[in-house]
Amino acid sequence: MHDHPHPNQPDEEDGPFTEYRLLEVALRELLIEKGVIMHAELHKTYQMMDDRGPHNGARMVAKAWSDPAYLDLMRRDATAAAKSIGLEPTWLNLIALENTDAVHNVVVCTLCSCYPWPLLGLPPDWYKSRAYRSDVVQNPRKVLAEFGTTLPETVEVRVHDSSADMRYLVVPKRPEGTEGWCEEQLAELVTRDSMIGVVPALTKEGL
Amino acid sequence: MADPLFKAGDKVRIRDAYPIGHCRTPFYTRGLTGEIERYCGSFANPEELAYRRDGQPAVPLYRVRLPMQKIWPDYTGALLDTLEVEIFEHWLEHDN
Repeated sequence: MHDHPHPNQPDEEDGPFTEYRLLEVALRELLIEKGVIMHAELHKTYQMMDDRGPHNGARMVAKAWSDPAYLDLMRRDATAAAKSIGLEPTWLNLIALENTDAVHNVVVCTLCSCYPWPLLGLPPDWYKSRAYRSDVVQNPRKVLAEFGTTLPETVEVRVHDSSADMRYLVVPKRPEGTEGWCEEQLAELVTRDSMIGVVPALTKEGL
Repeated sequence: MADPLFKAGDKVRIRDAYPIGHCRTPFYTRGLTGEIERYCGSFANPEELAYRRDGQPAVPLYRVRLPMQKIWPDYTGALLDTLEVEIFEHWLEHDN
């Protein structure tokens, strides 16, 4: 038993019922009533939006690590590669950026917050911050170091400013000691931040 | 849709222009020279879309590779560091 009171957690209904909420409810109910859209379609859309997340990008990366033909497709047409495993970023013009011993890629949108939503979900707040957007194009090695990523001078740091219609997915280097791992195991190592390019994939020990 | 004027490897200059209105050419890239990394396809012109026009005809879009040392003369990273940015064709001219 509690001997002290708890404040009520605010619930969605506790906020003001604004004109916009009223408009949304009225429009939605009218569209359903008139048979323009169906409940089932709405739920499918909600579910599709909620399903966006880094697990999608991680599946692509893990497959690229495991399957040379898929990696080749990623290099040539990353949008087709996404579609070929059942992901549907139909509006997305995707470019895969492969990290190697020679090149480390990192992505930013200096103009706003362009980001491959279907594959990574909503962007983290730091990705949208003015500090990241201005610093990473001017001093990428310093920014990467703040994320704990230090690269030798012999590795080219390549910053990608997502300034127009293309979206980018970094393919981090496959961690050592993961020979023989299946795609599901490998996908566990692929974090959101490693697909933006600010950190490497997790190591076997880091799991 | 117009054929692309540039191809991968072409040396280009990003126009040093400051028109009024919306555009997607970052300030820090204007006036710089670099190399076409790839042609990305043609897309509705964002400078028109911003004012609710249809942005047609579509404009060829490229990724331009710029050496960091050219963008920032006081760059302290490695000499081989680069930046790639998407630039629409009407912002580019041949750099001979």
